[in-house]
Amino acid sequence: MSGVSVTKDAEDAAPAANDLVVLSNVNKHFGALHVLQDIDLTIARGEVVVVIGPSGSGKSTLCRTINRLETVDSGDISIDGKPLPQEGKELARLRADVGMVFQSFNLFAHKTVLENVMLGQIKVRKADKKAAEEKARTLLDRVGVGVQADKYPAQLSGGQQQRVAIARALAMDPKVMLFDEPTSALDPEMINEVLEVMQQLARDGMTMIVVTHEMGFARSAANRVVFMADGKIVEEAAPDQFFSNPRSDRAKDFLSKILHH
Amino acid sequence: MNVLLDNFPAFRDGFIGTVSITAVSSLIALVLGVVVAGFRVSPVPPLRYFGTAWVTLMRNTPLTLLFLIFFFVVPEILFPGMSPFVLGSLALGFYTSSFVCEAVRSGINTVPLGQAEAARSIGMTFAQTLQIVVLPQATRTVIPPLSSIFIALTKNSAIAGAFSNAELFGWQKLMSDKGYDIVPVFIWVAIGYLIITFTISGLFRLLERRMEVAR
Ligand SMILES: Nc1ncnc2c1ncn2[C@@H]1O[C@H](COP(=O)(O)OP(=O)(O)OP(=O)(O)O)[C@@H](O)[C@H]1O
Ligand SMILES: [Mg+2]
Repeated sequence: MSGVSVTKDAEDAAPAANDLVVLSNVNKHFGALHVLQDIDLTIARGEVVVVIGPSGSGKSTLCRTINRLETVDSGDISIDGKPLPQEGKELARLRADVGMVFQSFNLFAHKTVLENVMLGQIKVRKADKKAAEEKARTLLDRVGVGVQADKYPAQLSGGQQQRVAIARALAMDPKVMLFDEPTSALDPEMINEVLEVMQQLARDGMTMIVVTHEMGFARSAANRVVFMADGKIVEEAAPDQFFSNPRSDRAKDFLSKILHH
Repeated sequence: MNVLLDNFPAFRDGFIGTVSITAVSSLIALVLGVVVAGFRVSPVPPLRYFGTAWVTLMRNTPLTLLFLIFFFVVPEILFPGMSPFVLGSLALGFYTSSFVCEAVRSGINTVPLGQAEAARSIGMTFAQTLQIVVLPQATRTVIPPLSSIFIALTKNSAIAGAFSNAELFGWQKLMSDKGYDIVPVFIWVAIGYLIITFTISGLFRLLERRMEVAR
């Protein structure tokens, strides 16, 4: 998060380099299923984009193509001007710049909370152990789980685990953070503690792509809502406009369903 | 007229022979098995094909045939002048590596996919993901089958005796050639093997308990 204010300045200095994540004409199939259809999406530095849509519409797949956990069939994806390379060392390096937070947390089960946040710094960024530990403790404090540092993930609540997962991603100083339904595996009383961390991150200027159905978060933190259905981006709008006055019938239909629940 | 006391040096040599060939080929099998398991789950297709071919070939060839190939074909074509001990250890190690590989691979499959995805998403390479995140979590499930595999290896080492290696089972032939009663000879040989296999299963049980405490 510390590097974010710097990128904000860079943004003013070089508006041409403002686009951080660019997907153009991306297509992907799972067998006969066309999960991503001609996706064009550009995310600017410092922008917070919420992706919303019915189950199976391809939101997770979209998220996962951005750090190439899923390959695409055609189209181009670039991050900070660099196209995603093939599987290998270079891709690994690029992935380190893209933080990812999963629905099911995926903390390393055999490592303590502290080790979870140190591991990437040491093994990928080649930071020395002392610096890595210091940074890990700072980040854990920031997300409010500093006292849990020496526990194993299984000893933490879901909300705490997810905040550790966010700290683990932040430890790499990512340029952009991807969140795939970060709160949907959580009990209701834990949702807010995670959303608050994400909101703070957004305020600090982190570029974020967030798949979520939390409208409160979308309204308060997002610059833009992207609505997906059946593998296509159906509508893009500012949050207030999207929620109060959706243009497409698909979005109207979807919103009426989630609002009445 | 005690067969063991009268022929103790030969028995001791056989016992040491079996222990050494077991130890060396276990090491070969373990290292190779883990590496080939890595190949089999690798994102690089040629490595995967190699891994599959290796397992298919080594696991389905009768061990005696593999020994024949190692003793009569390999020295002719590839490396002449290797000792029977090295050739025997390689044959047994290669053969057993295919079983180790499959045990390790099934262990890898018990680790939730999300663990590897999380590792890759923070920028770890495939090798780092396997080494740092996946294999340590697979170890616990792999230990019990590995124990059986290494016990089988110990007993399979008897075949090396037929290929001019001094080992425990060969001592039996030596003794019966000398005209000793076959029953006590077999009992001593069995006891020799039991000492080794009990040690192996004991070691593995210790390892298993150690891992439970670590959690
Ligand atoms: N690895 C896979 N193999 C085959 N089909 C898949 C795979 N992953 C996802 N799919 C299918 O692709 C479609 C889109 O999946 P995706 O997970 O991207 O949807 P989603 O919008 O994230 O849905 P949800 O809200 O339920 O998480 C679904 O129909 C799903 O069944
Ligand atoms: Mg999803």
